[in-house]
Amino acid sequence: MNVYMDNNATTMVDPLVRDAMIPFLSEIYGNPNSLHRYGTASHPAISKAIDQIYKGINAGDEDDIIFTSCATESNNWVLKSVWIDKILHGDKNHIVTTEVEHPSVLSTCKFLEEQGVKVTYLPVNDQGIVEAHTLRSFITDKTALVSVMWANNETGMIFPIKEIGEICRERGVLFHTDGVQAVGKIPVDMQAVHVDFMSMSAHKFHGPKGIGALYIKGSQKLSPLLHGGEHMGGRRSGTLNVPYIVGMGKAMELATQDLEAKMDSMAAKRNRLEDALLSIIPDTFTVGERARRTPNTILISIRGVEGEGMLWDLNNAQIGASTGSACASEDLEANTVMLAIGADHELAHTGIRLSLSRFSTDEEVDYVIEHFQKAVTRLRAISSSYAKVGPTKGGEAAECGIHH
Amino acid sequence: MARNDLIGGALWEEYSQEVQRRMDNPVNMGEITEAEAGDERLVIADFGAESCGDAVRLYWLIDPKNDTIKKSKFKSFGCGTAIASSDMMAELCMGKSVDDALKITNIDVEKALRDDPDIPAVPGQKMHCSVMAYDVIKKAASIYKGVDMESLESEFIICECARVSQDSLMEVIRINHLSTVEEITAYTKAGGFCKSCIKPGGHEKKDVYLVDLLEQVKSQLEAEAKSRRIIEAKGDGTFESMGLVGKIKAVESILEEYIRPTLKADGGDVELIDIKPEGDHFEVCIKYKGECMSCSMNTTTTLAGIEDMLKFKLKANLRVMVV
Repeated sequence: MNVYMDNNATTMVDPLVRDAMIPFLSEIYGNPNSLHRYGTASHPAISKAIDQIYKGINAGDEDDIIFTSCATESNNWVLKSVWIDKILHGDKNHIVTTEVEHPSVLSTCKFLEEQGVKVTYLPVNDQGIVEAHTLRSFITDKTALVSVMWANNETGMIFPIKEIGEICRERGVLFHTDGVQAVGKIPVDMQAVHVDFMSMSAHKFHGPKGIGALYIKGSQKLSPLLHGGEHMGGRRSGTLNVPYIVGMGKAMELATQDLEAKMDSMAAKRNRLEDALLSIIPDTFTVGERARRTPNTILISIRGVEGEGMLWDLNNAQIGASTGSACASEDLEANTVMLAIGADHELAHTGIRLSLSRFSTDEEVDYVIEHFQKAVTRLRAISSSYAKVGPTKGGEAAECGIHH
Repeated sequence: MARNDLIGGALWEEYSQEVQRRMDNPVNMGEITEAEAGDERLVIADFGAESCGDAVRLYWLIDPKNDTIKKSKFKSFGCGTAIASSDMMAELCMGKSVDDALKITNIDVEKALRDDPDIPAVPGQKMHCSVMAYDVIKKAASIYKGVDMESLESEFIICECARVSQDSLMEVIRINHLSTVEEITAYTKAGGFCKSCIKPGGHEKKDVYLVDLLEQVKSQLEAEAKSRRIIEAKGDGTFESMGLVGKIKAVESILEEYIRPTLKADGGDVELIDIKPEGDHFEVCIKYKGECMSCSMNTTTTLAGIEDMLKFKLKANLRVMVV
């Protein structure tokens, strides 16, 4: 059985989404900015996609939703343009974000620091979230922007966006949220929160890769990142990616239709999987209170089993999962989210993330339970953490001696 | 970064078949108990810790009559490559004397894991995972011999992945006039794997980094070049035997190196006007510039200082005159 449980990384394109996209590849392929019939032929479909997306996140008619290539672009756009508008051409010099943001926010903030911007990285609590009151004391008169993710990719923990938005409104500071892990998984209602900018990406909710958007409250000023033709009112240039825009609209509609029911169904499977793993396999723990998590995510630490090894065994069993372990990364750096949450650094080496989708089945959950357990049994048999015979006197290792 | 590096995340595709086989089925994994030891000596050593992300325990059964390792087993908390390299390490120890086992390095382990002798068994950054294989052998041997682990290491290793010592790095940098980390990696492979040894802030904290060595060799070479310029200026003979040009060069080089930096720090400077023989000594005529012109010490302390330095460095009887 092939089981894909890495849906926080990316998702399968829903076949209904694919079907909606296909006519816009070789049949209706005109440039929507052209005056002729071939260009305008795509307009109804683009309008429909726009309607689907506005509805999906309950954006107001006075708000803008601008298509981008992905959330990385949306995040870069907000951070760099707020820097240009409010810091280079204004009297602000400070940005507040968190330790656990996606690299597209963290690396951009590091880049802005090199340009002289002061950046505060808010710490997270043991649940892996930033509490709203923590933010309050870090906003100063010089703060241009607060950027806090809506939900975390590693833990699925949902941040208090409503409270943070209120604080930002009170203090007159712009508020950006990376909504990539929230949109399509939990209710996202832009009229119920005070958010100036929100990034999203279609491939996280069964749309295609390479298309995302930025929500801009009240169509407010934000200098463009990409200059060029007058596409989307000059806010983001580049010929409209019609098939992908259509796909994103369809994906949004499918993800947010009967969202509560979809969440319940996903959560039921996720909870069953999590309960089973925690009860069958001793010395394991999961991160974050379930009620405050996106309904599809489990971050589990398995004592004595290093993450990359675990991923290897799961892969051998045709299961796709993810780990934040340093040993599984290109640069041998432990995942910042894992390090920020702490848990004696164990999580940084033993954390395995399983993320379900609305397509996950009970059979898949059963299969994962069985093979997860097998992998743990095999790897614990190899693990020195579970060895029975202790070292000779003098042979004990210093805790984290020479290495690291 | 080029065409072949455009797709990331291909870590596993670079593991050799041998590495993959041993990840799936480590044949030397297991424990040895005292009950099995009999007359033979059981040594069990740990290296690393779970909280570091890598830990290995090595079990050796040694025949005390000839110091031969009869049986070698391991347990490992670590990634797949750590398991595969521990497995190979345990195998390479088998049948060797403790002293010979000590000669096994992480590079030997990696070589033994290759399918093709010319293609690395693991991608560069994962070489780091095999380093512990070497460390734990040293640890086990030190217990057996009853000595300190440090005493078994004869050189100071900077890059543990490629096992390159400080001495050899300094020599390579110096001989080849290397000025970048990339050049060091091209010459020695140091810094080409987990990259911890390049500069602070990497995967593992080090006492000495490659950037420090570059800086060190650079300043050594600069100091040598300076003293060489002075020697060249002086010629092989004495100050007295030099021609006027030689004398001017020699005095200039001393002024430049030892005098001007101090004067310039206070906004002053000195210019050499002439050198002429005067009885049994030479007269060195100078002119002050900038702040030195109005300085109250320009005919006392400063002048004496310049004269003393020239006399000392050039071993010549000379007097400095302000003109």
